Amino acid sequence: MTRKQRRLTMIGGAAAVLVVAAALVLNALRDSIVFFSTPQMVTEQHIAPGKRFRLGGLVEPGTLVRGDNLAVTFKISDGSAMVPVAFKGILPDLFREGQGVVTEGALDSAGVFKADTVLAKHDENYMPKEVADALKKQGRWQEQSGAKSDAKPELKPDVRSDATPTNAQGAVR
Amino acid sequence: MIAEAGHYALVLALGLALIQATVPVLGARLRDPALMNVARSAALAQLLFVGLSFTALVFLHVTSDFSVANVFENSHSMKPLLYKITGVWGNHEGSMLLWVSILALFGGLVAAFGNNLPLSLRAHVLAVQAWVATAFYLFILITSNPFLRLDDPPIEGRDLNPVLQDIGLAVHPPMLYLGYVGFSISFSFAIAALIEGRVDAAWARWVRPWTLVAWIFLTLGIAMGSYWAYYELGWGGWWFWDPVENASLMPWLAGTALLHSAVVMEKRNALKVWTILLSILTFSLSLLGTFLVRSGVLTSVHAFATDPTRGVFILLILCIFIGGSLSLYASRASSLKQGGLFAPISREGALVLNNLFLTTACATVFIGTLYPLALEVLTGDKISVGAPFFNLTFGPLFVPLLLAVPFGPLLAWKRGDLAGAAQRLIAAGVAALIAMALLWSFVHGGSTLAPLAIGLAVFVIAGAGVDLVERIGLFRNPLGIVWRRARGLPRSTWGTAFAHAGVGVALIGIVCETTWNSEYIGTMSAGQSAKLAGYELKLDGLQSRQGPNFRELLAQFTVTEAGRPIGVMNPSKRSFAARGSSTSEAALLTRGVSQLYVSLGEPAADGGIAVRIYHKPMVLLIWFGPLLMAFGGLLSLSDRRLRVGAPKPARQARGLQAAE
Repeated sequence: MTRKQRRLTMIGGAAAVLVVAAALVLNALRDSIVFFSTPQMVTEQHIAPGKRFRLGGLVEPGTLVRGDNLAVTFKISDGSAMVPVAFKGILPDLFREGQGVVTEGALDSAGVFKADTVLAKHDENYMPKEVADALKKQGRWQEQSGAKSDAKPELKPDVRSDATPTNAQGAVR
Repeated sequence: MIAEAGHYALVLALGLALIQATVPVLGARLRDPALMNVARSAALAQLLFVGLSFTALVFLHVTSDFSVANVFENSHSMKPLLYKITGVWGNHEGSMLLWVSILALFGGLVAAFGNNLPLSLRAHVLAVQAWVATAFYLFILITSNPFLRLDDPPIEGRDLNPVLQDIGLAVHPPMLYLGYVGFSISFSFAIAALIEGRVDAAWARWVRPWTLVAWIFLTLGIAMGSYWAYYELGWGGWWFWDPVENASLMPWLAGTALLHSAVVMEKRNALKVWTILLSILTFSLSLLGTFLVRSGVLTSVHAFATDPTRGVFILLILCIFIGGSLSLYASRASSLKQGGLFAPISREGALVLNNLFLTTACATVFIGTLYPLALEVLTGDKISVGAPFFNLTFGPLFVPLLLAVPFGPLLAWKRGDLAGAAQRLIAAGVAALIAMALLWSFVHGGSTLAPLAIGLAVFVIAGAGVDLVERIGLFRNPLGIVWRRARGLPRSTWGTAFAHAGVGVALIGIVCETTWNSEYIGTMSAGQSAKLAGYELKLDGLQSRQGPNFRELLAQFTVTEAGRPIGVMNPSKRSFAARGSSTSEAALLTRGVSQLYVSLGEPAADGGIAVRIYHKPMVLLIWFGPLLMAFGGLLSLSDRRLRVGAPKPARQARGLQAAE
């Protein structure tokens, strides 16, 4: 092979890998990203049952009901709308009534949000960033409730409660 | 007084960094050895002063001087001594001070052990180190001063975040920073080479040990962090594809690529321009990681916009260094001479393939991490990119890479024999097939892909073994000769085999844990028991007790296997009064390389308690793999070739370990 041919082989190989990678990324971005909604957006936009998304807001005080076998229901509100949520499993340490929460799951046909993951991804002021942003937009934000986000770099304060064993965590298969 | 002294020492360190950043460059211009030698003494003095500053902060934390804002916000007089010390870097200001201290440590090591470097190269390398240091000193002094006093000193501190009150904090951040910041050396060498317009095989020989040191620490740091998250967060996950984790994975992937391309440059004088680019990219990704974690941009794009001082400052540092170094690269790279030729099928070709896949995988992580931020800034839509995205992109890219790993070391330099290599790998292939067949016939449940993935892992491990067997001529020669050959084999060859096998070991752990993990979640009261994976866990009872700065609810489980007691597990739930928060302390029971994992949920009204029990098969292999990789790295570092004609890497390694 001449020098030119060798170089072309290399460049061709590299281009092929990059094209495959780009295809993988685009495919994954179409299928596996999850959008964030507030209760207000849920009531306005009529999200189809079964479509996965993240729902965030405040846990409405007085709505948390613990049932049998670790089933819990509560309501998430953002001041203008409220969505009932059902979850089965152990809630994270940081879950409180009246505090912010982000859940992941899908609506069922009755309009109940079936969550399989409850995230408590926030600082010690119990305010997830999506929720804080949404509340700020609606002017319901009080500075003392989440203004200071302390630096906690070394360990991600991301505590999940997974009810489903199918929720694979970052596997390289 | 101590706080002021620490502050003053930091300002002096900045002054020394400014001298180190300018005078040696001038000296190189004027070819004045005296001016160039200023770099050496300035680097050592800078290390001394930043060390004093760091010691002062540690002292303030240990003595609980709550008149200092940083101590007040992150410490508590009742906190155990270990966490008083580790709390120093458990917060923004302190961890930035640790960052620059380690930067100065690496600069000091180059100054102390770089006697056999050409004078102008050493001057330039240390000057570039000082540019980075200057930027970060300014950042600390202007936006994140850890020595600020409070006007009205409180009696008690606000305590450290309970999640961080763990031995993990003592080890993980310093290791990670030694890795992150260690790549600054290869960056400085790359910039120095571009400035001087000269780069050769000797350059690669100087850079390689430093890259290796950084890579070893980063590998250990990431593995340590993963294990910490696994036992501390209480639900048994060990990798979350969280942006903070990705920020450390990206430099690791780029650094691994750099390690391999530097070999090609050293041996064959090829891939020079690419190696320089990788050096720049690796450290740029380290800086990006620092930016992501430190600027608050992850907490909220809006928080970043409303309180921009810190974020914008780091963004500025990021733009200046990445932009500047890439422009320098663009203008100078063409002047570097092209090196040796090689056929696509050759050791060089295999290493190029490795680089191609590692950098592409790194790029997909980059996209997955930054796309949500970019989308939010551009359209306001909030999305989350989680594990599914990375499984769909990162996974497929790693399969061909792992398939190629055993071939690499078996191919000759310049022109390799693929058929010959394949023939020698038949044994490894057979081992992989046997592993797959056994799994298919005896293990049920789980994904059908799992046995394939384990077969791949066995192929990688056996392939690493084949390489060693071939080289020492096992089964072909009498044992005496085999022994002599094994001892004569370069340590870097052993290192390669161990590191490659480590990848396979980690893969087995990852696949087993995700596929055959079983769990039990339910409410239990005293006397009840739960059955899981052949084990029976009986809840003996619950009790409350008082810890040094927390109260805890402690549960006791007796674990039996087929009626035989094998251990007691004590998970607990702690509540910390100072911050009004609580943590779950999981209990682990190790059986071989598998683990039982119990963590507590909230107590129920009837006196029971919610529990989460996992059986995680082979889970420890996930962290043994990286340990093996790091051990391989250490073996390579001790190779004679790197000691001779290189800045005494063996002594650097020892010096670094002593500093832990």
